[in-house]
Amino acid sequence: MRERLHPLPLLSALVALTVIALCVALAVGSVPLPLHSVISVLVGGGDPLARTLVLELRLPRAITAFATGGLLALAGALMQVLLRNPLADPYILGVSGGAAVGALLSLLLGVAGYWVSGSAFLGALISMLIVFVLAHGRGGWTPTRLLLTGIVVAFGWGAAISLLLVLSDNASLRSMLFWLMGDLSYRSGGWLPLVVVIAGLAVCLPFARHLNVLARGETLAEALGISVRPFTIAIYIAASLFTAVAVTEAGAIGFVGLVVPHMLRLLSGSDHRTLLPGAVLLGGSLLMLADTLARSMLAPQQLPVGVVTAAVGVPLFLYLLNRARGPL
Amino acid sequence: MSAPALLETRSLTVNIAGKCVCGNFNLALNPGSCIGVLGSNGVGKTTLLHSLAGLRPVDNGEILLNGLPLRTLPRRRIAQQIGLLMQQQEDSLPATVLETALIGRHPHIDFWRWESHNDVNLARRALKLVGLDGLEQRSQTQLSGGERRRLAIATIVTQDPQIFLLDEPTHQLDPHHQLALLRHFALLARTQARAIIMSLHDANLAARFCDQVLLLFGDGELLFGSLDKILNSENLSRLYQTTVIPVKWSGGTAYLPK
Repeated sequence: MRERLHPLPLLSALVALTVIALCVALAVGSVPLPLHSVISVLVGGGDPLARTLVLELRLPRAITAFATGGLLALAGALMQVLLRNPLADPYILGVSGGAAVGALLSLLLGVAGYWVSGSAFLGALISMLIVFVLAHGRGGWTPTRLLLTGIVVAFGWGAAISLLLVLSDNASLRSMLFWLMGDLSYRSGGWLPLVVVIAGLAVCLPFARHLNVLARGETLAEALGISVRPFTIAIYIAASLFTAVAVTEAGAIGFVGLVVPHMLRLLSGSDHRTLLPGAVLLGGSLLMLADTLARSMLAPQQLPVGVVTAAVGVPLFLYLLNRARGPL
Repeated sequence: MSAPALLETRSLTVNIAGKCVCGNFNLALNPGSCIGVLGSNGVGKTTLLHSLAGLRPVDNGEILLNGLPLRTLPRRRIAQQIGLLMQQQEDSLPATVLETALIGRHPHIDFWRWESHNDVNLARRALKLVGLDGLEQRSQTQLSGGERRRLAIATIVTQDPQIFLLDEPTHQLDPHHQLALLRHFALLARTQARAIIMSLHDANLAARFCDQVLLLFGDGELLFGSLDKILNSENLSRLYQTTVIPVKWSGGTAYLPK
């Protein structure tokens, strides 16, 4: 039998982890700040240099990292229930591919800033719509059909991405590769991702018990009183929108959306009332820490944060998986 | 005027891919009754049970739940009164045995609420009934096929509906579990005013635990009535297209394929 942590201590621990990750993200950088000056800035004091560093550079970026990680983990947990497939991640249905094609097209045209994120978001929405309409088809909307449609569409986007990379010149190639690997230095949405992750969690949380039931199959969920069709469509739209916002903000950061929900299942079981808020907190703090490492490890050189999430996440996940006896 | 039947069908016709499963079926299911559905593989027993649970549209006729048309009722309201035990269950995502049994309470718990102590007690009692007590915290993926089947039965017992629609409840179970569970359901029907419709492969189990039987012949033709009128070797021979002989024993009559 596996030891399971009680939900309340687990969530408190995750809140503490989030606060620690935030402090680390604010203190570490090219000019290291001691913890007490970070705190004095946050309560409204501090010297001007520290204020600029914390409030104008590090805090917005930490907030974006937290929101992006939280959105990806939340979307991953939803996708895994929607497809009833433990291998599902937020990108599996092609949302990130559509966003990437949009972003790369605008980078190829030489525009920057809001145009890149705007076209990335547009690409994500187009991809979401294509998969939705095609998977509906004439028959039912089974998880297998949705999964296959999404994977094939994602494959198509993948080919388009390769084509765009080949066609691009050396100057834009580097920014394209950074975008594809996931990078938080093009931060653009300000507070929007944080608002989306908080609102998203608030909308999803009341339906967490429905997710517990849907995880056991659509017919059973229907027999237990859930109107499955509207509910699954709502999950698809919510998960895709969360992914679209995250991808628009930070590119395709791998790993967080797939692995954070599983980490929580291994730690505390599969009740979505714990899993959803836990995923937002754990995904958010992991990405804050990863981003801090990404910008400070080889400073002034910045690493793509996607590389760091994998470097931190792969051993952590393998350790948890190995510790858990028996099948998942 | 008498109270409406728990579940009523009026000239119900169910087709599956153009083939008639049952035509013009009239049923008035009252508290205390236990109906066995018999027929060969692929004849549409599952389809009929799913139709009665309101999970698929009917082709003709009407189903009434406590006098109200089933198709107009919200899903949650139906699930408070009708439970369906399915033949297979998905379990690709992990959950514990207790969590799985507890989802049976879903239709009874208000949107904002969590499971109460009472709900947990119901689930624990159901797990004890099917012999899974002590395994509450085990992951359901670690159970054997028969144990998973008993877990599914515990889930519907936890749901505690008025009408139990059981699709092959004895499938994968050892003989002593088969008998214990069917005895429990028959007792529930008699003592707690529940009603049961179950598909079975074994006509002898129907003979022991049901008071009415429904025979589905596969071309829309059906025979429905009390046990003593319908269940005989002649009808069973026609149903399974093989000679079935009656054998007398102390508990009644058993039917054996020759």
